[in-house]
Amino acid sequence: MYPVASIPTTHVLAVALVLFLLGLLGVLVRRDLIYVLMSLEIMINAAALAFVAAAAKWKQPDGQIMVILILVAAAAEVGVGLSLVLRIYHRFDTVDADQVSSMRG
Amino acid sequence: MHVLWLVPALPLAGALLLALFGGLMPRRAAGAIGCGAVGLSWVVSLVVAGSFLGAPPAGGAFRQTLFQWIAVDSLRIGMGLYLDPLSLVMISVVCFVGFVIHLYSAEFMFREDGYGRFFCYMNLFVASMLILVLGDNLLSLYLGWEGVGLCSYLLIGFWYLDRANGRAARKAFIVTRIGDTSLAIGLFLIFWRLGTLDIQQAMGSAAALGSLATIAGLLLLGGAVGKSAQIPLQTWLPDAMAGPTPVSALIHAATMVTAGVYLIARTHALYALTPQAMLVVAIVGAATAVYAGFSALTQRDIKRVLAYSTISQIGYMFLALGVGAWWAAIFHFMTHAFFKALLFLSAGIVIQALDEEHDIYRMGGLFGKLPTAAWTFLVGAASLSALPLVTAGFYSKDAILWAAWSSPGGSAALWGAAIVTATLTGLYIFRVFFLVFFGPEGKPVERRPGFLMNLAVVTLAVFSVVGGFVGMPPALGGYNPFGRLLAGVFGAEPATAISTQNLFIGFSALASLAGMGLGWMFFLRLRDWTPALARSRGYEGARRFLLAGWGFDWLYDRLLVRPYVVMTSLNRGDFVDWLFTGLAYATGAGNRFMSATQSGRVRNYATGLLLGAVIVLALLLVR
Amino acid sequence: MNAIGYAACAVAVIGALLAITRRNAIHALLSLIAMLLAVAVIFFVLGAPFISVLQVAIYAGAIMVLFVFVVMMLNLGPPQEREEQRWLGGGIWAVPAVLAAAFLALGYYAVTAVKGAPPSAGMVGPKQVGLALYRDYVLVVELASLLLVAGLVGAFHIAPPTREEPPVEPSHAPAPHTQAEEATHVSGR
Repeated sequence: MYPVASIPTTHVLAVALVLFLLGLLGVLVRRDLIYVLMSLEIMINAAALAFVAAAAKWKQPDGQIMVILILVAAAAEVGVGLSLVLRIYHRFDTVDADQVSSMRG
Repeated sequence: MHVLWLVPALPLAGALLLALFGGLMPRRAAGAIGCGAVGLSWVVSLVVAGSFLGAPPAGGAFRQTLFQWIAVDSLRIGMGLYLDPLSLVMISVVCFVGFVIHLYSAEFMFREDGYGRFFCYMNLFVASMLILVLGDNLLSLYLGWEGVGLCSYLLIGFWYLDRANGRAARKAFIVTRIGDTSLAIGLFLIFWRLGTLDIQQAMGSAAALGSLATIAGLLLLGGAVGKSAQIPLQTWLPDAMAGPTPVSALIHAATMVTAGVYLIARTHALYALTPQAMLVVAIVGAATAVYAGFSALTQRDIKRVLAYSTISQIGYMFLALGVGAWWAAIFHFMTHAFFKALLFLSAGIVIQALDEEHDIYRMGGLFGKLPTAAWTFLVGAASLSALPLVTAGFYSKDAILWAAWSSPGGSAALWGAAIVTATLTGLYIFRVFFLVFFGPEGKPVERRPGFLMNLAVVTLAVFSVVGGFVGMPPALGGYNPFGRLLAGVFGAEPATAISTQNLFIGFSALASLAGMGLGWMFFLRLRDWTPALARSRGYEGARRFLLAGWGFDWLYDRLLVRPYVVMTSLNRGDFVDWLFTGLAYATGAGNRFMSATQSGRVRNYATGLLLGAVIVLALLLVR
Repeated sequence: MNAIGYAACAVAVIGALLAITRRNAIHALLSLIAMLLAVAVIFFVLGAPFISVLQVAIYAGAIMVLFVFVVMMLNLGPPQEREEQRWLGGGIWAVPAVLAAAFLALGYYAVTAVKGAPPSAGMVGPKQVGLALYRDYVLVVELASLLLVAGLVGAFHIAPPTREEPPVEPSHAPAPHTQAEEATHVSGR
């Protein structure tokens, strides 16, 4: 229907990799739980990008269906995760992940 | 004779019965079982003796094999009994004296706690001693050896609530252990070279030891020295007097301490091959006899005097063994068992009568108060100092003195030492007699002995007189049936010049009388000028030296005990132990390290995950 | 079209970078939204228009809105900003950076091993996706709905209780008790 770009799959996968690593860095570095969840979203999105790149290469809809599933999972995860963050805030009065470490030792 | 096995089995059964039920049964029952077991054993020994003497078995010995004890590869040890004149004499004396002492202690110990336990240990002791003398191989001898050592420990420390008694018991056990180790090494040597521990086989092939015979003899001597309290392992016996008086009488006078004498007599074939070892035995005996005689002069505790006296008399027995007069040693063992047990038991009467008083300087004037004890003590003292012609001790001691002079292994020096000791013996024992039973009155008499105790001491007094007649030498017109009996084991006694022997009999009689006379002079008649002697120069130092047993305890403490204690305190941080605690410590440190990684922080865990993912990827991709 | 694609890639990377390094939560969220929109553009360029629209609507639209709501509820203001500044010190980037670099190297090696000609350009339209979804992958639909229900119930259950209740007029029936009692159990706010 419209002219589709012919970007090599390798490039797209490389971009997905970089995005994934940036998200990973965010998870490892940030202490605030909101930021951790945000970085998780970045990682999930990078995975979705990889799937779409594969779908585009083989011109199959299967990759897109996988992305739909990823979206669903991300939505459920964000819902539960954010309510957990709220619970933690309610209990510990902080969203610092390092404070929530009573499982130490 | 086939009932021989009952002789050790009966006391053993008694001990077992008392061990299991002794605390549950009334006192009289426990006493009856204890005395009854040994009494029955004595009766059986009489039957066996009668059967043996009446119809001697072929080869002069009777063997009864009970069962196979050890059967490992080429090591085959059976448990068997060997009856020949030597072991016959031994079991007769052990059973008889043991029975008499059991009767005595049934009354003596009646008021004590642990009555049943006492008789259990005593029965066990008698059983072990009988196994020792009846065993037909060296290993069962060693079994009995260890058994009597154990019972000695248990009985010395009988009143265990007083810690000093426990120390004395431990000292006895540890010092004799040194001897036991020497004996064990000797047994190993014999087995290694001769391939058997059966006594008759080993003695028959003893020549195969060659030059090692001396070593073997010296090793066995080491064991004998420990058990029989000779120099240098004699320090335990005076302290062992902490046990009850019947224990001292039975174990540390009549029987256990003579186990060493029996050992050497039994292995005489081995010793006959090594004149060097025999000379060592004789020197040890003579030196110990003199040493103990001097030490006994200064003791205050009546039982310690008797303990040193025992050491001295066993020195005589070793002297006899060392010069080759085997039968004389056994003869002296028998008479010594009678009069030494008698002395201890009558001393026990005195001690108990004065409410546990042991110091002879606090006693006095008891002759009229305790007539039985006084007369029996007198008989025992006379026998000990070898009062000529009427006491058993005279004949046995004279036999030894004659052998010390006239035997091929004998010499003037050995005879001289023995004569000096004879004089000292008379002196020290009559010192005790006069101080205790005469002179100004000391403590008053609280209790009197009862029937059993009186019976026991009177019986032993009778034997202390007549027991020697079986060994009367031809020089005095005797037949010496005892020597002839034992000739079946040791070989015939060499013929002696009768006139020379009579001369020497005269010498030994003189020595004994001199000793007794000196005792009478110092302690009865002229005791008023003894304080002047006591104040003379050097006297106090000499007295203290002799009182402390010539300083052996002090020497061993400085030489052995203190360095050992220093070493153990140095090794407190035991480096071998550190291997094991180090393992535990390392595990703990590992745990602490790993725990540090559990910070509870999600970030750190995620980092770990990433690290793992990187490693796995690397392993997968980099081929 | 290629140029638009590469530009969108750049925007996505920059957006992600900004998102993980901002102090202010709202700023980070806005950068994140920018990244998501850029990724949607990449999807479109690669010939997946259905997914790109879904990305915008659901991801950037619904999920980010959730984030914004929660951030506003938590009321993270300047004090938290200063705290973030302190936390994002220098040394904290060291170990993750090293590990990420290692991962990047390995991943790059893995990705560039993919051989083959550049794909022939072609669009996979919504019709194709819908047919595949409801013909071959119908169970996926069911599973997805189950997942959503689970997320819904979980979020509802885990969420902390609400604070104050509006006062009830006394003439009416007795006040609802459960929530009020829970509300008294207040931690300092």
